[in-house]
Order: sequence, then structure tokens, then C-alpha cells
Amino acid sequence: MSRKPYVREVPKTTWYFRQGRYMRYMGREVTCIFVGAYALFLLVAIKRLSEGRAAYEAFLEGLSSPAGILFQVVTLIFVLYHATSWFNLTPKAMPVQRGEQFLPGGVIVGAHYAGWVVVSLVVLFLAGVF
Amino acid sequence: MSERQIQLEVLRYNPETDSEPRFQTYSVPCEAEWVVLDALNYVKDHLDTTLSYRWSCHMAVCGSCGMMINGEPTLSCKAFLRDYPDTIRVEPLVHFPIERDLVTVIDDFMEKLNRVKPYLIPKEARTIAEGEYRQSPAELKRFKQYTLCINCMLCYSACPEYGLIPDFIGPAAIALAHRYNSDSRDGGREQRQQVIATKEGVWECSFVGACSEVCPKHVDPAAALQQVKIASTVDWYKEHLMPWGKS
Ligand code: FES
Repeated sequence: MSRKPYVREVPKTTWYFRQGRYMRYMGREVTCIFVGAYALFLLVAIKRLSEGRAAYEAFLEGLSSPAGILFQVVTLIFVLYHATSWFNLTPKAMPVQRGEQFLPGGVIVGAHYAGWVVVSLVVLFLAGVF
Repeated sequence: MSERQIQLEVLRYNPETDSEPRFQTYSVPCEAEWVVLDALNYVKDHLDTTLSYRWSCHMAVCGSCGMMINGEPTLSCKAFLRDYPDTIRVEPLVHFPIERDLVTVIDDFMEKLNRVKPYLIPKEARTIAEGEYRQSPAELKRFKQYTLCINCMLCYSACPEYGLIPDFIGPAAIALAHRYNSDSRDGGREQRQQVIATKEGVWECSFVGACSEVCPKHVDPAAALQQVKIASTVDWYKEHLMPWGKS
């Protein structure tokens, strides 16, 4: 008897539509574009600042325009989604064993959120908010 | 005993006569407590003796009855009909070639499993007279969950990376390598790292996490792969940045 295995091709560009969990994965990955976009935005801000007071004030004015606000709100939402989806995965990558038990995943995730809060407070402090 | 009529749409492929697979529907009178495997056995016994599929234990232990059930990689002996609608679509595990009907070609997985040396390579050889290799409960706990793998290959079917890049060593094999690497009695990590700390090893994984979602034994292979990535990265830094080199 001869063998003739049949190979089912995986669609190269549309595979992530096949399952909800693949879409969720793509959501986590694609939102990194907004992280990059915001980093670029910060670089532009620094450049404007270096160009003097007038340039920087014009830049700040642009930020409070509807388009500027929309950009910041949309970016914030996607960056939050990106960050939280990764934080929630941390217990898998770095389990902590104490004796015969592993620390509950919630503790490891919580430590990441706590670290996030501390860093944010430091940034706000340096920005002169307090 | 209450009975329910289930329409079982089964992907059939006969390599001797077919150029491609096709669906065949069987109407199966099912008992309330049946699993999908029972329905397939009914078809085989009463409706169509030519249907081919693998199974052995009927209790989620042997790992041979994995198939796509309504698009999800599932052990058919663990798929209770009460959790499914009246029409159930059964296909062979995706990402594997079809040998015949629901039977897939698993040579690729067997070869990869072999490559990661999934067995204890003792740190120091001991004679029987010297006694057993001892291990504390805490040392066992470190890798216990990864010993539960039954090689059912559902994770390979769930993994889109394996579907797109067949060279990827894949979830179960790497999780098993991690299981032995994490064993206090083992000394084979160096040998396994050469296989898994590579492009086709862990670095092909982008942490979709689908492997862990479908795993019937809660092995969590995705966790193992991320831990191997971190350990391999630490190795790299030790080797390249520390003046005293590899520790
Ligand atoms: S028949 Fe053994 S795992 Fe399903």
C-alpha cells in the first residue's frame, strides 16, 4: 500500500482570523505600534523644546486641538491594553517558588502594577505635579 | 437512558482513491453521557467500518485521540457531547499531514521529541550500590507540572507558529526539555540548550499562548517556553558580558 499524506496549507496572511485567541494575540502585538508612536511623539516634543519657546508653545497648542486630543486618548487606550496584557502574562514567565509552593500569580502581576504606580509617581514628581 | 441524534460531520480522506479530503455526515443516536469518541466508535461499529481514527485508553491518558472538534484541538475521549450542539464537525489535527481520515502523520513531532533528549541525563553516574538519586519535594515541585504531558500534540495544532514555520521545535518538546533541565538530578542542560535555545527552538515562539489554552493536562507549555527564553538570555549575558565567561 502506498502512502500519500495530504497536507493542508495554512493561509499565510489570514491565519489569525481562524480563532478568537489568535485575534487577541494580534491585538496585543499590534498595539505595540502605539507604544512606538508615542515614543516618536516624545522625541518630536524634545526637538520642539530645543527650538525655543515659540516653537514649543505652538507644539503645545497643537496638542490641545481636537486631533491632538484624539491622538493622545487613542494612544493611551492602546498603550494601556498593551501594557496590561503583558503584565497579566508575567506569572508564566517568572514563577516564584517558595519551598513547595509557587507564589499565586496575582502576587506577581500585582507587583508589576505596584512598580508601574511607583514609576508613574516618580515621573509626576519630576514633572513638578506635587 | 435518554438518546440524542447527533449529526457527525467527519473529514474523510482515502489516500488510495481521493485527491483531497471531503466531509461525510453520519447521523448517530447518542447516549447522554457519551463523548465524541463514543460517537465515532458507534459509526465504526454500526454505520461505516472504513472510518479510521486513533484511540486507546478512553480516559485522557494515552494522548492518541486528539482531533479538531468544531475547530478546536481536543481529546475526543474528553469531549462530552452535552457540551456540543447537535451538529459536530470532526477533522484531523491541523498542522499535521493527513494519513487517512482522522489519522495524521506524526513523524515530525516524534523526531523533534527525540532531538530534545526527553530523559534524565544524570549529573554524575551512580552505581546501583551507591543508591538512588534523591530529590526533595520542593525540587520535584519545580518541574512536576511539565511531567504531566501525554504527547497528544493538541498544542502543535493550536500553535499558529508551528503551522506557519514547520521547523519550529514546538511547545510539547520544548516543555519536556525544560522539565528535564529543571530536574535537580539532571546534567544534560548543555546538550538540550543546543537544540532549544535556537531560532527554531524557543525564539520562534511569540507567546500566542494557544498551546496552554488547549492542553488537556494543564501542562502550560507556553510558561515553559518563556522560562527557557529568560534562562537562555541570562546565559547569553553571562557568556558575553562577564569577564569570567560562562558559569
Ligand atoms: S483515547 Fe487515550 S487520550 Fe483519548
